[in-house]
Amino acid sequence: MSVRTPLPRWVDVALLPALNVILAFLIGGLIVLAVGQNPLQAVGIMIGGAYGYGLGFGYTLYYTTDYIFAGLAVSLAYHAGMFNIGPEGQAYVGGLGVILVALALNGLHWSLMFPLMIVAGALFGAFWAFIPGVLQAKRGSHIVITTILFNFIAVSLMSYIITRILKPEGVQSDESAPIDAISRIPRLGEFVGLFGRSPVNLTFILALLALGFVYWLVWHSKFGYAMRALGHNPTATRYAGISASRMIMITMALSGALAAMVAVNNVGGVQGRLILNFVNGAGFVGVAVAFMGKAHPVGVALSALLFGALYQGGQELAFSMPGITKEMIVTIQALVILFTGAMGDMLRIPLERLFARGATESGT
Amino acid sequence: MTTVNTPSQGLETASASPPAIELRGINKHFGPVHANRDIDLVIRRGTVHGIVGENGAGKSTLMSILYGFYTADSGDIFVNGTKQNITDSRHALALGIGMVHQHFMLVENFTVLENIVLGAEDSAFLRPTLAKARAQLKQLATDYGLEVSPDAIIEDLSVGQQQRVEILKALYRGADILILDEPTGVLTPAEADHLFRILRTLRDEGKTVILITHKLREIMAITDEVSVMRQGAMVKTLQTANTSPTELAEAMVGRRVLLRVEKGPASPGKVMLEVKNLVVADDFGIPRVKDVSFSVRAGEIVGIAGVSGNGQSELLESITGMRDQTAGTVFLNGQPLSLDGDDGAARARAAGLAHVPEDRIRMGLITAFEEWENTILGYQDSYGSGPGLSIAKAKAAAKEYITKFDIRPSSPELKTANFSGGNQQKIVLAREMERDPDVLVIGQPTRGVDIGAIEFIHNEIIKMRDEGKAILLVSVELDEIRSLSDRIIVIFDGQIVGEADPATADEGTLGLLMAGVTEHGHTPGPGTLPDHVTPVERSLTEMSPKDNSAKDVSP
Repeated sequence: MSVRTPLPRWVDVALLPALNVILAFLIGGLIVLAVGQNPLQAVGIMIGGAYGYGLGFGYTLYYTTDYIFAGLAVSLAYHAGMFNIGPEGQAYVGGLGVILVALALNGLHWSLMFPLMIVAGALFGAFWAFIPGVLQAKRGSHIVITTILFNFIAVSLMSYIITRILKPEGVQSDESAPIDAISRIPRLGEFVGLFGRSPVNLTFILALLALGFVYWLVWHSKFGYAMRALGHNPTATRYAGISASRMIMITMALSGALAAMVAVNNVGGVQGRLILNFVNGAGFVGVAVAFMGKAHPVGVALSALLFGALYQGGQELAFSMPGITKEMIVTIQALVILFTGAMGDMLRIPLERLFARGATESGT
Repeated sequence: MTTVNTPSQGLETASASPPAIELRGINKHFGPVHANRDIDLVIRRGTVHGIVGENGAGKSTLMSILYGFYTADSGDIFVNGTKQNITDSRHALALGIGMVHQHFMLVENFTVLENIVLGAEDSAFLRPTLAKARAQLKQLATDYGLEVSPDAIIEDLSVGQQQRVEILKALYRGADILILDEPTGVLTPAEADHLFRILRTLRDEGKTVILITHKLREIMAITDEVSVMRQGAMVKTLQTANTSPTELAEAMVGRRVLLRVEKGPASPGKVMLEVKNLVVADDFGIPRVKDVSFSVRAGEIVGIAGVSGNGQSELLESITGMRDQTAGTVFLNGQPLSLDGDDGAARARAAGLAHVPEDRIRMGLITAFEEWENTILGYQDSYGSGPGLSIAKAKAAAKEYITKFDIRPSSPELKTANFSGGNQQKIVLAREMERDPDVLVIGQPTRGVDIGAIEFIHNEIIKMRDEGKAILLVSVELDEIRSLSDRIIVIFDGQIVGEADPATADEGTLGLLMAGVTEHGHTPGPGTLPDHVTPVERSLTEMSPKDNSAKDVSP
């Protein structure tokens, strides 16, 4: 047994994640090789598909938007010492708020509708995260368990609401009535020609604002101070007179509200209606995004961009190289999640040894 | 800084065998910090060797090098006269060097026996190892007076007993040289005395004991030789019999230190803090404070003396809003204080009650925070109007406190975990004292704090008193209670069993009170065992701290 030397900061925040991603791609490349395809060509197509042209880049940013919100939702709760695995369900229920306000005021100009949809979605998503928050604060039910279960409850509840209540007469697919074009959140392509008809819309700007807001909230507000205190040391929090139960409930509500912005992006913008299972796993990707981004908004932004590119590039790849199936793309994405999330610290100890051999950091 | 090395040559003749440990020219750097400079040290076999020094003097680093946690940048280690290159703790153990850490490394829900064999199993099957260990444990127990029931679960044991398990662990692994790092920091006086008896037995049986501490009393009481470290260098090694606490303190700090507290008479004013019929339960719902009433006046220090675990912690926590009260009321400045809910501490603070908690790491600080962030803990809402936190204002306050309380290093952006214990305590004290509170509640003001800082902290407390604040003090250091308090309340088994004037009360009387012995005779507490019949039962009784204290503290 020997004492571990902490890594230099740049290694911790930049080199380690980069190595993890490279490792994931190397193993992904081996799989591509194993099915008889050229991995270099595959990587080329993926990168080209994600960043190479305006439309593709637009798609990448559209996915990135979802992942930023889900990642921020997980990050925020994480700073208060809670592991919210429920953005999937919170986004789904948030969609109900968005569609209810949109259909009720259908035809309203988007500039008025957009903020209304944000508020309605946020309220619904917040409510869905608030319940596990209350259960944790008042009853001690573990947030991981309750948020997972609430994902399932959300699926059942929303299936019922969409298929039995919201679905109009004579429509075959499981979806609500559409929102009028004028009320929908406009695509960025309408302002910037580059993005063409890609689905990235003004919600992307909202995501950038949310990144800044979360940064301010966590590190520059009294609330964030209390939140981080709770995350680090609940006993000292009580000593400081900060009500842990209150903090848990409010933080979870805020986290759920952030997750619900995924619904604003999809229901209010891209699809213009509430479709069954529209969240499509974005909430779960948020967990990986938050972890890879070390729960810091800058990290979340970068890792959301990576996952957005993976998703878009992967679809391009499945389209261009028929030898590589959709399942294979999912495998590569899973590898990235595995190496950056679950096994993110695998290379830490070898790196520590490497750097300890050089100049050692101070501290006893 | 020059190094003085005095391995007394005259003593070498007493034992012809090579010293148990000899260090020559040990150097260790941590980045820019020179933690150990050219350390030479000789530890003779069969002695208790004390190593004293302030926090950050390099004692722990030196012992970590000896135990294989760190590798020295340069220098040689000789164990029993042979040069060794100790690579890790396993290697150190193989050489017969065992360490008892300040924070125990025990599996709480394992039995004593299971903890002792953990990591030292002979085979994949546990039974033969356990049987062997049981037999060996019995032998060790009779040899060294280290009686611990092998089948007891760790979490049911007192801190003193857990420490005995740590010592047993080292001995079971064949340790010949035992390093103890601040072993009494967590012990009651009675438990500490018991530990010293064990250490003496170990020495008499030929083991070598290295004791790291900064309590001079312990050094004087138990060691044969003592080495003083200051700022990474070895200042001197002395025969304990030929030195005095004053000389040691001077060598540690590098200047003259007042070991006694200088204070004038108190001039108590009106009652500021009043506790009426307080009943408090612990986390398991067992009442720990039973119908306690007392008051503290402005301009006086009231000390609560008692063997730890008799309800002091629960009492402090409930007065300051950290623990729910079962019954009773706390009055601050005549007004009843509402402490319900998990934010009661905020209301207590708002009413003018400041709190320096017993356990700064667990309660008073968030060690992952930067120093300035801890400067505002509990007062964060007064920094900046609206929802935003005024970081500039907080950092300005942090800088002010750093200068005023001489907190080192003076960098508000440094992580609090990287400050030494004494400086961490100063961060808490500065925060709580500088808000001009009416009432100051302090638990263990100098626990784990070095001598120079103790002097400073004591003077600050007296200064607060002289400014007319009401101060409630809890400490396991009876000396501290006696020298600081204007009035002493003795608590036993959750009840106030007596009050004493520190000027007249002698240690013996206080000790008896603390052990629950009143004028009416012995009051048995929950931990007391009935009269013992067999020797084993007798030693088991001795392990029970509450009962033990009756024997040990009495003169």
